[in-house]
This record gives sequence, C-alpha cells and structure tokens, in this order.
Amino acid sequence: MGETFVQKVFSKKVGKKVVHGEIVVVEPDYVMSHDNAAPISKIFAKFGVDKVKYPDRIVIILDHTVPAPTEVEASNHKLIREFVKTQGIPNFYDINNGICHQVLPEKGYALPSKIILGSDSHTTTYGAFGAFSAGIGRTEVASIWATGELWMKVPEVHKFIIKGKLPEGVFAKDVALHIIGKIGADGATYKAVEFTGEVASEFSIASRMVLSNMAAEMGAKAGYFLPDEKTLEYVKDIAKADFEVLTSDEDAEYEKVLEFDVSSLTPQIAKPHTVDNVSPIDEVLGTKIHQGLIGTCTNGRLEDLEIAAKILKGRKVKSGVRCLVFAASMQEYIKALKNGIFEIFAESGCVIMNPGCGPCLGAHEGVLAPGEVAISTANRNFKGRMGSREAFIYLASPATVAASVIEGEITDPRKYLL
Amino acid sequence: MPGIIKGRVWKYGDGVNTDVIYPGKYTYKNLTPEEMASHALEDLDPEFSKNVKKGDIIVAGKNFGMGSSREQAVTSLKYAGISAIIAKSFSRIYFRNAINQGIPAIESPEAVDAIENGETIEIDFKQGEIKTSKGTFKFPPFPEKMLEILEAGGLVNYTRKKLGKD
Ligand code: SF4
Repeated sequence: MGETFVQKVFSKKVGKKVVHGEIVVVEPDYVMSHDNAAPISKIFAKFGVDKVKYPDRIVIILDHTVPAPTEVEASNHKLIREFVKTQGIPNFYDINNGICHQVLPEKGYALPSKIILGSDSHTTTYGAFGAFSAGIGRTEVASIWATGELWMKVPEVHKFIIKGKLPEGVFAKDVALHIIGKIGADGATYKAVEFTGEVASEFSIASRMVLSNMAAEMGAKAGYFLPDEKTLEYVKDIAKADFEVLTSDEDAEYEKVLEFDVSSLTPQIAKPHTVDNVSPIDEVLGTKIHQGLIGTCTNGRLEDLEIAAKILKGRKVKSGVRCLVFAASMQEYIKALKNGIFEIFAESGCVIMNPGCGPCLGAHEGVLAPGEVAISTANRNFKGRMGSREAFIYLASPATVAASVIEGEITDPRKYLL
Repeated sequence: MPGIIKGRVWKYGDGVNTDVIYPGKYTYKNLTPEEMASHALEDLDPEFSKNVKKGDIIVAGKNFGMGSSREQAVTSLKYAGISAIIAKSFSRIYFRNAINQGIPAIESPEAVDAIENGETIEIDFKQGEIKTSKGTFKFPPFPEKMLEILEAGGLVNYTRKKLGKD
C-alpha cells in the first residue's frame, strides 16, 4: 500500500513512518500569526522563558485591523513591533504588506512539503503550494514560540477529484461554494483534503488558493494541491528555504474519494448565515444589496480584480450601493495600479481601500448596519461577521459581485461576460 | 480537570459558530475575562451570560465552534463558568482550543439527543460516562497527550511544566 502526501510529510518530519490517525509531536517549519501576535505574546509571557526558541521560524504579518482604527489596536500593533525587536524575529511584515495568507506565499514561505501552522483558520491557504498547513489556536502558537513543537494528529485524507471543463463565467470560487454546499460545513472535519483532477491542475495558483482557503469552510484541517510545474514556477525565485517535492502514491489509501464534475456548473451563491447554504445563482437573482466587497484572502488577487474590472469597465456602481475593493496584498495592489484596473474601479464608483482584511471580520473599514445586505468575495457569512448581527451576507465570485453592484441586486455575471 | 463534573445543561442546536459564541467585533478589544464572559453567546442566547452558573455544561449539536480560530470562543465560555462541552461533533480548531484551555470537549451524539435543556447531568471521566435523566452514555477515553494537557489545566500549565518552570 502506497502513502499519501500527508503521511510522507509527517513521516519525514518525525523521522519514522506514521499512519493516519496517529498523534505525533512535530516542529513546524513556520508558525504564522497576525494582529493576534499581541495577545499571543501575553500568553508567551506566562511560560516563564525570555526568548522564543526559533526566531526565524516565526512569521508575523499585521493585516486584520490596518491601519489601526482605534487606540486599542494601535497599542496592540505597537506591542508587536516591540516584541519582534526584542525577540530578534526577522520575518515581520508591517501594515503596508497585505493579508497574511497572501503575503506569506509571496515572501516565499509557502513551499512544498513544509509544515506551516498559524493562529488563523484560513492558514489552510498554503496548501495551494503543496505545503501542509493548518490553523491552530493562540495558546498553541505561544507554546510553539516557547518550545518549537506541538502535538498534532496525522489526519486521514479525502481525495476530491474536480473534473470536466469549467464553463465560461464560472470560477474557482463557484467550485469551492459548490463543494461546500454538497458536503456541508463539517463535511471534511479533522481531515486533509487533496484537490486533484483536470480542473484542479488547470487552475492558476490564485485559483488553487481559493480552494485551499475555503477548505477551512469544509471543516478540513488542511486542503492541498500536489505541487506541479505551476507551483515550482511560482516559488522558484522567492523560496526562503530548500524544499522537497512530495506527492501521493498511486495506490495510497484515502478515507474517501469524491468526484465533482463541474462541466455544467453555474455561478454559485452562499446565502446567509452559513457557508454551506449554497444555491445556484438563479434562485437568488434580484436580491437587493447595499454593499459589495471585492477582496479578502479568498479573492483579492490580480486575477480576481481583473475579472471584476472587466465587468465594471465603462459601467457604474448603482446609486445607493457601495462597492469596496481591497487587494489582498501590496504586491497585487501595485500590479492592479500599473495595469489600469484601479482606474476602472475608481471611475465606476468603487472605493479602493488599502490591502488588508478590511470589513471581512467586522472590525472596521466598511461594516454593515442592521438590515443591510452585502455580497462579498470573502469566505464567511456568519451572523454578525461584517458588523451588525442583523445584516445579511451573500458570498460569491468576484465576477458575481461586480455584476451585482452594477444592478444593485444579485446578478448573473455571465450576462456581462458571454 | 476533576474526575467527576456535575452541572446544569444549556442546550443548543447544530452549527453553533465562533461568531455567535464570541463576536468578531470584540476579538481585538483586549477585554478582561469578566467582560469576555459577559459577551459569551450573546448573538445566539442573550439569556446565557446573565444566568449561567459556575459548573454549567454546554450541550450542542453538530460542528460546535465552527469558524474562526479565535480562542476567546472558548475562554469566554470558560470564564462564564462552563466546565465541559458535549456536542455531536466539534470543529477541529475549536476542539483543540477547548482541550488547550483545559475544557473537556466530548463527542457523544447519543447523549446529546437524550439530554434536555436545563437538566443536571454528571460526567465521569474515569469511567468515560455521561449520566443523564434518560440513562447513561459511554464516551471513548481521551488520548494520553490530551489527558496530560487537561490534567495540567490547559496548554499553558502543561508547557510551563515541560519547560521546567513549575
Ligand atoms: S481577509 Fe477575512 S478571512 Fe482572510 S485572513 Fe482576513 S479576516 Fe480572515
């Protein structure tokens, strides 16, 4: 019997053959935290050690509330800046870089076969680069800072074969929502999901990141793509460390294998208030909206901004509707700025914001009032997520959001694309 | 973690997510434990934080704690007095967070179906049993690593011990 990617990564890490379900102690290659590094540093202080064990394995990115909206967040940021200085942590990225899940790959930490843990549920995103990455809690991060290690269960693997040919006007986000709608928000709880099939290999890195990011919404511990030429091309000039390319054996053992044929998929929408409350777009057409959000770690990359701009070009955001645009990182922001996309957004009446999480977590920069309806490219639509608990959030692809802000109601993007 | 926990039940349904347990708008507000407790479950059950008593137990359906990795979704319940959580299933990160904060998280779909809101139940960790008004339900023992963490009272104490600080 062959081995899965997951078994190989963990076996290599602990220096002996492991089986699915086994509990092992590992030293992760990198441990990520963001604005929550401030409370984590306070937990760290409780351990009674002065110095973090491996400063260069720690990556900290300020992104959740940037620039600081109130004195509280400003003090947190200040504390983090002082902490990285006293601890000699070299991998620190201040407020001008972007969202952690975009910045960490861009800076060359998300590499094949690395184990990366982070105090954020969407740490799964680095699976798009063939890394094993999972979200953990703050105390766990503090504990890794102190000891360099953590207990983990080697998860069983579900193989998702995405096959067929994706129709025009339908995107990775629609595939992700479709899968979540089918398997449910707990469909892959505790499991690692291996995304394969012809559609998965044809996906760009940016599109793969959408699936790996949203693996968290399937309950998965990790959601990865086996590395291929696209992965190697992405990381070749930026890799921060050497890495090995590991893949699953043909005869590896999977707990479950599911096939998703996406040849006749239409744009998908997650309705309030759970991500698995998914419908094809024609069931929600005409739902009035107040705000559109294009961005976040799910869909704030150049390919997302480009498709939204293509639809918005020469058109206007409907009066009475707000549309906020957040590039996922400064790097993507600069690309969009240089190729004229921001001009299109600005002329259409969108508000272009700084790279960062924005109102995705309801903390600042465009939160919702009671009774308001938003359509967002983010990954979560829970009650209260973007501000008021009496607001309603629909999730969709960047194309669907762009088409919807033009008409002021949920609109099929294919009418602007085909 | 005591060998036996006895407490009154607050029962909820499936998919209780981290945003209703502890709203995102408070996550970067550096609240005190008492303030955190006062916001626990406020978007799901405004009565909870007003009436919860020390030792009470939460019983819930599938995928309890789905969503964000925020630990306050555990700490707010812990400071509200919750001594254990029984659910049909937990989200992965929530389960880890609960263990790491020293709160036993037990999966038992049968017990959840049997338990009524407001009743008093008993959890016996040595025997791996939940005693309810409708009978006794078994649950599998915790793996050794988790027991060590629970017995230390959470990952902070466990790590201190390991670093030789206690
Ligand atoms: S953009 Fe939203 S989902 Fe992504 S890291 Fe930021 S808050 Fe989390």
